[in-house]
Amino acid sequence: MRLQGKAWKFGDNVNTDLIIPARYLNSSDKDELARHCFADVRPGFVEMISPGDIIVAGNNFGSGSSREHAPLAIKGAGISVLVAQSFARIFYRNAFNIGLPIMESKEAAQSIDEGSLVSVDLATGEIVNMNTGQQFFAKPVPRFMREIVDAGGLVEYVRKKGLTGLGAS
Amino acid sequence: MPMTMTEKILAQHASRTDVSPGDLIGVKVDLAMANDITAPLAIAVFNEIGKQPVFDPNRIALIPDHFVPNKDIESAAQAKLMREFANHHQIHHYYEVGQSGIEHVLLPEKGLVIPGDLVIGADSHTCTYGALGAFSTGVGSTDLGVILATGKTWLKVPPTIKIEYEGSLLPWVRGKDLILYTLGTLGVDGANYCALEFSGSVIKELPMAQRFTMTNMAIEAGAKNGIIEPDEVTLAFVAERSHRTPLVCTSDPGADYEKVIKIVVDTIEPQIALPHSPANVRPLSKVPHISLDQVFIGSCTNGYLEDLREAATILKGRKVAKGIRLIVIPGSQLIYSEAIEQGIIKTLIDAGAVIGPPCCGPCLGGHLGILAEGERALSTSNRNFVGRMGHPKSEVYLASPAIASASAVAGYIAGPGEL
Ligand code: SF4
Repeated sequence: MRLQGKAWKFGDNVNTDLIIPARYLNSSDKDELARHCFADVRPGFVEMISPGDIIVAGNNFGSGSSREHAPLAIKGAGISVLVAQSFARIFYRNAFNIGLPIMESKEAAQSIDEGSLVSVDLATGEIVNMNTGQQFFAKPVPRFMREIVDAGGLVEYVRKKGLTGLGAS
Repeated sequence: MPMTMTEKILAQHASRTDVSPGDLIGVKVDLAMANDITAPLAIAVFNEIGKQPVFDPNRIALIPDHFVPNKDIESAAQAKLMREFANHHQIHHYYEVGQSGIEHVLLPEKGLVIPGDLVIGADSHTCTYGALGAFSTGVGSTDLGVILATGKTWLKVPPTIKIEYEGSLLPWVRGKDLILYTLGTLGVDGANYCALEFSGSVIKELPMAQRFTMTNMAIEAGAKNGIIEPDEVTLAFVAERSHRTPLVCTSDPGADYEKVIKIVVDTIEPQIALPHSPANVRPLSKVPHISLDQVFIGSCTNGYLEDLREAATILKGRKVAKGIRLIVIPGSQLIYSEAIEQGIIKTLIDAGAVIGPPCCGPCLGGHLGILAEGERALSTSNRNFVGRMGHPKSEVYLASPAIASASAVAGYIAGPGEL
C-alpha cells in the first residue's frame, strides 16, 4: 500500500491533549473529533489539509492519556499516515487499532520539511521525499497489521476475518 | 540468536524462533483480564464485533475490585454488566466479592499465571505478573474486547533495560524501597516502551511478595512490562497453586540490552516518593517530619500477607497517633483470612487501624478513604499523582508498609528506628 500526500510537521512530545483537548471528548464520532483536531496548536487543521496528507513529527508523539479519540481525530481529519521519530506506547497501539497506520523513522522525521510531497510504502517501509528524492527506511508494517489498516481498524478486521485471522497461528 | 527472557516468551507465543526489539508480532494470549471499570468498555467492543462465544471461558479473568462492594449506583451498574457477561459466557475465573481481591494479587494467588505465560490485562498494573517470569502488560478497551473474542493480539517487541541489584540491604529496606529508588533514577519515562528486567543477587533473596511490588511499579517508569527470572522461590510459589508446567525462560548471556544499570544497594535507605510523582523520591533521612492525616496500607503494590505482617510487627503494643486514620486493606480474601488466623488483624485493630474489605479502596480515590482538601496521606500504593486519592489539593506520599506503620504511630513520616 503506497500512500502519498503533503507533509505537516510537528515537534516532540505532541501529547493527546494537544491532539484532541479533553473538552471535546464527549463525542467519539470521528468527523466531530476531526473538527477539533489540534484545536489549540493548529486551529482549523482539518480545513488546511487535503485528504491523504501526512503528519511528520518528532519524539514521543501521542504521549499522555490512553484516549482512542486522539488517533480517531487525526484519521477523521483525513491524514493517511503518521511518520515520527517515536510514538508513545498506548498511542501506537490505539492508532493501528482504529486503522491509522504509523511509522517510525528518525531520519525521515528530521529531514522532511513541512509542505514536502511524501510517499510512504507500508509494506516495504520505504519513505520518499518526492521533492528532494531522498529515501528513508522504517520497519515495514507486517501483513496482518496492514490488513487491520485496510479493514479500517481492529474491530472491522476481526469482524471480516472471523476469529482466526489475527497474526499468530 | 541470544535473546532476553521477554523476547523468548514473545517469540514462543508468536510461534517464531526468534524476535528482536521493534518487531511487530501477533501473539496468542494465555490469559486475558479485566476489572469492573475496564470490562464494560471491552465488553462493548466485544459485542460490536458480533455475537460470538468468547475465545476460551477458562482463559479469561473478570475481577470486581475497583469500586466493590459497590459504592454507588453507577459502579453497581458496571459491576452488574460484568457479572452478567461472566454468567452468560460461563467465565470460569469470575470471583464475586467475598471470594475475590485485587486483580493483581488474586491472579497469582489462584495460580492463574505461571512462568512463561503471556497475560494481557485492561489495567496498567498488569505488569505485576512479570515477577513470576511471565510476560504481562496492560492495554486499552479495543484491544481487550478483541482478545475476548479471538484470544490473540499484536505486540511490538520491546527493547530490554536490565537493572542489576548487588550488595546487602540496610534494615527495613524492602522491594518497595528498591523500586522507588529505581524510579528516582530512571524517571517516569526512563523505561518508556521497554521491558524492565530486575536481576542480581539482591532480587534472588527477595520473597515473592516483594518481587510483585517491584514489577507492579515498572509501569511507573513507562515500561511495557517488568520481569524477573524464575528461580526456586518462584517455582515453589507456583507449584503450590498451579498444576500446569511452567515454561522457565531466562535471558541468554550475550542477549542485547538497551541499557544495563547496576545498583549497589548497600547505602540505599527506605525511600519516600513525595507528591506528585512516584519518581520524586528522597531517602527517609532527607525527608523532614511531615505531619499526616491518613495512612493507607494495601493495594496491588503492598497488600500482601507479608506486608500486613510487617505492619503488625511494628504496631504490636503501640497505638496509632491521635488524629491519624490508619486504613488497612488486605489484598485478597485469602490474605485477610490468613491474617486473622495469624493474629495479625487483631494486632492491627488493637493499634487503632480500621480494616477494609479486600478491594482497591482509596488507592485510586475510589472509596473507603478519600482525602479532603489540604489533607495529607502516606500510602503503600503505587501512584501519588495530583488528586489520586481524593481532592486535587490533597497530597500523597508513597512508601513501604514498614514506613507506613511507623508513620501512623509517629503521626508524621518516620521510620521504625525513630519509634
Ligand atoms: S490497587 Fe490501585 S493500582 Fe492496584 S489495581 Fe487497584 S486501583 Fe489499580
